[in-house]
Amino acid sequence: MSATTAEDVIAGIEEKYRTCLDTGLKVYEKAETLIKINAVTAVVFLAVGGFFGVLVALTRWPAVHLLPAELFYLVLTAHGAAVLLFWIIFFEIAVLYFASAIILNCRLAAPKVAWLGYVLMLVGSLLATVAVLQGESSVMFTSYVPMQAAPNFYLGLILFAVGALLGCFVFFGTLVIAKEEGTYEGSIPLVTFGALTAAIIAIFTIASGAIILVPTWLWSLGLISEIDSVTYKLVWWGMGHSSQQVNVSAQVSIWYVIAALVLGAKPLSEKVSRTAFLLYILFLQLACAHHMLAEPGISSEWKVFNTSYAFYLAVLGSMIHGMSVPGAVEAAQRRRGFDKGIFGWLRHAPWSNPAFSGMALSVVLFGFLGGISGVVLGTEQINLLMHNTLYVPGHFHATVVLGTTLAFMAITYLVVPLIFRRELIWPRMAQWQPYVFAIGVAGTSLFMMGAGTLGVSRRHWDITFSEAALSFDYPGMAFLMMGLNGIFGVIAGIGGLMFVLVVVGSLLFGKPRGAAEVKANPVVAGGEAASTYGSEGTLKLPGTITLVSIFFLAFVLYYFINWKFLSEVWPLS
Amino acid sequence: MHWPEIIWISIAFVWGLVMFLAMIYWHIEGEQNLSNEAYRITPDAFAEKTEAMAEAYTVREEGETGIPVVHPPPGSEVYMLARLWEWCPILELEKGQSYRLHLSSMDWQHGFSLQPTNINLQVHPNYEMVLTITPTETGVFGVVCNEFCGIGHHDMVGRIYVVE
Ligand code: HEM
Ligand SMILES: [Cu+2]
Ligand SMILES: [Cu+2]
Repeated sequence: MSATTAEDVIAGIEEKYRTCLDTGLKVYEKAETLIKINAVTAVVFLAVGGFFGVLVALTRWPAVHLLPAELFYLVLTAHGAAVLLFWIIFFEIAVLYFASAIILNCRLAAPKVAWLGYVLMLVGSLLATVAVLQGESSVMFTSYVPMQAAPNFYLGLILFAVGALLGCFVFFGTLVIAKEEGTYEGSIPLVTFGALTAAIIAIFTIASGAIILVPTWLWSLGLISEIDSVTYKLVWWGMGHSSQQVNVSAQVSIWYVIAALVLGAKPLSEKVSRTAFLLYILFLQLACAHHMLAEPGISSEWKVFNTSYAFYLAVLGSMIHGMSVPGAVEAAQRRRGFDKGIFGWLRHAPWSNPAFSGMALSVVLFGFLGGISGVVLGTEQINLLMHNTLYVPGHFHATVVLGTTLAFMAITYLVVPLIFRRELIWPRMAQWQPYVFAIGVAGTSLFMMGAGTLGVSRRHWDITFSEAALSFDYPGMAFLMMGLNGIFGVIAGIGGLMFVLVVVGSLLFGKPRGAAEVKANPVVAGGEAASTYGSEGTLKLPGTITLVSIFFLAFVLYYFINWKFLSEVWPLS
Repeated sequence: MHWPEIIWISIAFVWGLVMFLAMIYWHIEGEQNLSNEAYRITPDAFAEKTEAMAEAYTVREEGETGIPVVHPPPGSEVYMLARLWEWCPILELEKGQSYRLHLSSMDWQHGFSLQPTNINLQVHPNYEMVLTITPTETGVFGVVCNEFCGIGHHDMVGRIYVVE
């Protein structure tokens, strides 16, 4: 290690960088290019996958019923893979490079390895996508055995995972270089710490993925005769669930970095926020049980312990961030002089800045819709009311779309001027985008949860059962919910399209951002708060205290209501 | 650390414990718990047991395909088998009586979704899940398959009758 490091140092001195006019941070060319390429690829997958999502929502709207059955299941598989895996993970690689190289003023370790990782991810994602589009792999992105996809579907996912793993290693390497070269002072900043959390969990995730996908690929080639369906699910969700925790860590880091860049906000207490991330590392890998609660052959003791992350210690981590992020914003706003009343700071927040509004909506909707529904759904016994109903996609569109995707969209509004150095074209459209998207997705999320509560199945082409030998009638309310889900799905699609148009348009046609633009249109309050260690001093947080109290009340009420629902079901033992 | 943080963290921690203990409490006092009873079984063996029950207790046939309707005695072992793309047989149970319900799949995974009651269980091949159920209301109940199981997934509907 040390020999190569010395060489790297010399190479590093020669590497080209510029000083960011907005933040004063050093930006190395190779890191910048890699961030760009990963982010752009991510957005392409979001555009394609989002379009598929709208097709799915329109098919599940009984009055429209857009696609034929076979195509529906194909498009649903493609939707899940394109957005959940490819959009999110390409973007996360960009986030890792940003949080290491840019935030730490450092060059990227081993750019060639980073490129290799990118190529593997690209080839893998294309291979899997093509396999799905060819129609032989409509198995949903979870690909539960013994249902079988084409071998290239699994191979594509394996290559993609290996590429992502290389990205994580480059991130770790960059941290090492930054430390050795002393490019920052004291501890690494919180954003980088959050990204480190994400990368550590990612290693666990990818290992689980390899353990299950490699044998499954061999099985699809006929080299292994059987894969146990319960074991598959257990290990698959070791990957599938903990990768959601990668998402949460990345998204929370982005909340902090946006608050820091836009408002100069620092976390309330660095130590507390770091401890909350540490809780993620320690406990989030449990919880693959969330997906196994209605499964045969698994003991209740294990289910209870695992589904609750020991005793909700990872939820504790999220609740800490849930106070610390709005608290940081409130403290920064009060420091800036918006000190009137309980919510004066909130009224005077930069709501027309899409980076800020996207972040704020992400925090609130992730907490209220995604967080609460997730804990309820993951309660051992309550799960049987909702398992595999539309409640499940309702829940995770609140986490992975309203939380993660919206946070990623929000940071993109800073990445375009800072990294791509382009002015946004159509700032008005950008200003409205987070709201349109959030309203659309919040609608689909709520209506899917509603339909799920009424028993409507997920991944289902025909809830009228028109061709089934026996039939069953869902209540009229369920049909209404599915219609509303379709309408809000279209709104979400429009919000997504606005995002893609603004971003792609700005990259192609945006005015290059020079010194004059930076002066006329400053997008950040400075890089200081994001790139250093430190806590807010202010203690007066009546607004944040009110917000978290409302949240807690909603949480407790909804939680006990669901126990009440459960108690009305046929006794089971 | 500031006092609002200390209070919030304490509340969140205690709430976590409450939610953790709630699940344990429900195992002791609650009436809706999934059993941990499950066995490894081959599809053939499970099919055999299901057929034996159907032979003994079929009361009529229904639907275009003549699916047997089975009325097993209260308290007995009852079987429902999942395969591409049907649930077999139709069960007729008595309100207020308990039955030991056995579920397994002949091929891929399926989802047992009892509607409108909304009880949802995963059904695997090679695993036999056993749980005791006690219907509390009469009526016609649908068993919708809610695990994606291929192109006929949306046609896979079974039925349970509950009579007085
Ligand atoms: C335009 C925005 C979107 C719309 C309208 C939309 C709509 C839907 C609908 C209606 C379903 C089908 C539920 C079912 O039948 O089981 C679905 C599934 C899903 N969506 Fe989205 N979605 C959108 C964006 C996203 C994004 C951005 C992500 C991830 C970041 C995402 C992740 C998923 C996943 C993982 C599934 C599950 C697929 C499966 O069951 O295998 N969606 N979406
Ligand atoms: Cu099925
Ligand atoms: Cu099915």
